[in-house]
Amino acid sequence: MCGIVGLFLKNKELEPKLGSMMAGMLATMCDRGPDSAGFAVYGAGESGHVKLTVRATSPDYDFAGVARQLSEAIGFPVSVEVRDSHGVFSVPAGAEQKARKAIEASRDDVRVVGSGTRMEIYKEVGRPDAVAKRFHLENMAGSHGIAHTRMATESAVTTNGAHPFSTGRDQCLVHNGSLSNHNALRRELKRKGLSFETENDTEVAAGYLTWRISQGDSLGAALKHSLDDLDGFYTFVVGTEDGFGVLRDPIACKPAVMAETDDYVAFGSEYRALASLPGIETAHVWEPKPATVYFWERH
Amino acid sequence: MPTVDLEVTPLREFNQMLHELAEGTNDSYFRVLNPRGRHAIAAGVDAPVTVEIDGNAGYYCAGMNKRASIIINGSAGVGLAENMMSGRVHVKGDASASAGATGCGGLLVIDGNASSRCGISARGIDIVVKGSVGHMSAFMAQAGTLIVLGEAGDALGDSLYEARLFVRGKVNSLGSDCIEKPLRDEHRKKLGKLLEDGGLAGEVDPSEFRRYGSARQLYHFHMDNLEAY
Repeated sequence: MCGIVGLFLKNKELEPKLGSMMAGMLATMCDRGPDSAGFAVYGAGESGHVKLTVRATSPDYDFAGVARQLSEAIGFPVSVEVRDSHGVFSVPAGAEQKARKAIEASRDDVRVVGSGTRMEIYKEVGRPDAVAKRFHLENMAGSHGIAHTRMATESAVTTNGAHPFSTGRDQCLVHNGSLSNHNALRRELKRKGLSFETENDTEVAAGYLTWRISQGDSLGAALKHSLDDLDGFYTFVVGTEDGFGVLRDPIACKPAVMAETDDYVAFGSEYRALASLPGIETAHVWEPKPATVYFWERH
Repeated sequence: MPTVDLEVTPLREFNQMLHELAEGTNDSYFRVLNPRGRHAIAAGVDAPVTVEIDGNAGYYCAGMNKRASIIINGSAGVGLAENMMSGRVHVKGDASASAGATGCGGLLVIDGNASSRCGISARGIDIVVKGSVGHMSAFMAQAGTLIVLGEAGDALGDSLYEARLFVRGKVNSLGSDCIEKPLRDEHRKKLGKLLEDGGLAGEVDPSEFRRYGSARQLYHFHMDNLEAY
C-alpha cells in the first residue's frame, strides 16, 4: 500500500514548524505503511557547502571519528550533526566526490544516502511515528519536505529498501505502487554504468531518473520519460532543492490528494494526512490528474 | 436530532449505533462533525434515516447503503457509496475514484467531479455527476445509469453491459464495445426524471446529452476475436 506526504511552505513564517507539521501528517499514514519510514527535509544550507547524509548501523556510531577522517582526507574542517543513526556532514561543495570516496573507502558499515546544499534524508525500519521520533522530525525546520511510510511488496523490509531514494544532488524520490519491469530496467541501467544496492523497484525508478538527468533531461522531462519507460503502478513524489513534483501513472490507482492555501501546498496519499493542517477547511483540495507532471517551486 | 462529533465518539461506535437502529426509530436525522477523512463513515446503514456529514469523508463513505439518505458537506474519498443497494447519497464536493462502484440501486449525486472508474461494475445504481468523470468510468457496468453534465475521461464504458450512459460534454474516448446510440424520447424522459431527482429540475435540457451503450460484441465468443484470446 504505502503512504506519502509532502509539504511545501509558501509562507516563510511557518518554516520553523515544517517538521512538526510533517510529523503530524506522517503519523496519520502509519497504517498505510507500518514497516518502515523515511523523510527528506530541505532546511538551511551553507553557501559553498554540501551536506552529505550518512547512515550508520546504530545511533552510537563514531560519527566524530568519520568527521576527523574526512577532514584529513579533503584537507578542510568537516562538521557533523548527528541524529540517531544518521550523521549530516558539511563539506565544501568542490570536495563532495572526494569526501564520498573517502567515506566509502574507509568504512563499510556506513553509506551516503543523499547529498545536497539543503537536503537531508533520514530513513529506518520501524513504525513511521516511532521513526520520526527517533530523528526528532518534529524539531526540524525547512521550506519543504517529503516523507514515506512503507508497506513492502516488491522487496525485503530493510533500511536500504525504505524511501526516499536519492536521485541526485538535492533530489530524492518516494513511491507508492509497484513497478513490473524493474528487473529488466535494472539490468539495462547497470549496463549504462549505474549501480544498485537492493532488489527494490523504487531504487530502479530513482536510478532511472538519475540516468535521464545525467543525459541532460530536466527533472520534469525525466519524469515525463518515465511514463514511457516505467511499467507498473506508481504515484511518485520527488523532492528538489526548490520544491516538489508529483507524477501518477496513467491508470492512477494509487491515491493522491493535494491541498493548497496561501500558506502551503500539501500532498497526501489520503485526505486524512492533510486534515490537521491549518486552514484546511477552506483550502483548495483536489486530486492530481493521471499521467500529468506537477511541480511546486519557490521563486 | 443526535449530533455526533467523531473527535469524541469513536467511528466504530457511531457506525454500530446506525446498524442497530430499530424499525420506526424516532432518531431520523444524524449530524456528523469532524469526519477528517476517516474511512467507512456511515457504511452499512439499513434504515430510512438521514445522515449529514460536515466535512470531508475518507474511503468507502456510505458503502452498502440501504434506504438511508447520506449527505456529505465536503468531498469524499475512494469508493463513495460502493455497492449501494437503495437510498440516496449526495456529496456536495468531489468524489475520488470508484464512486458508486458495483452499486445495485439508489441514487448517487455528485455536485463536483468524480475521479476515475466512477460507476465501475454498476448493477443498477443511478449516478448523476454535475462535474466531470475520470477515465474508465462505467467499466463493465451491467445496469443502471451514469449521467455526466461535464466531460468524461478516456475509455468510457469499456466492456459495458447494459448500463446507460449519458454525457453532456466531451468524451475523451470510448472503451471497447462502447458506442454512441441515438437519444430517443424515452431516454430524454428517463434523463429528465433523474436530473430532477438529482436536484436539477428545469436547469438542464435532456436533449443536450449524448447516449452511449454497449455494442454487445463482447458478450459471447466471436470467431473474429479469436486472435485476442
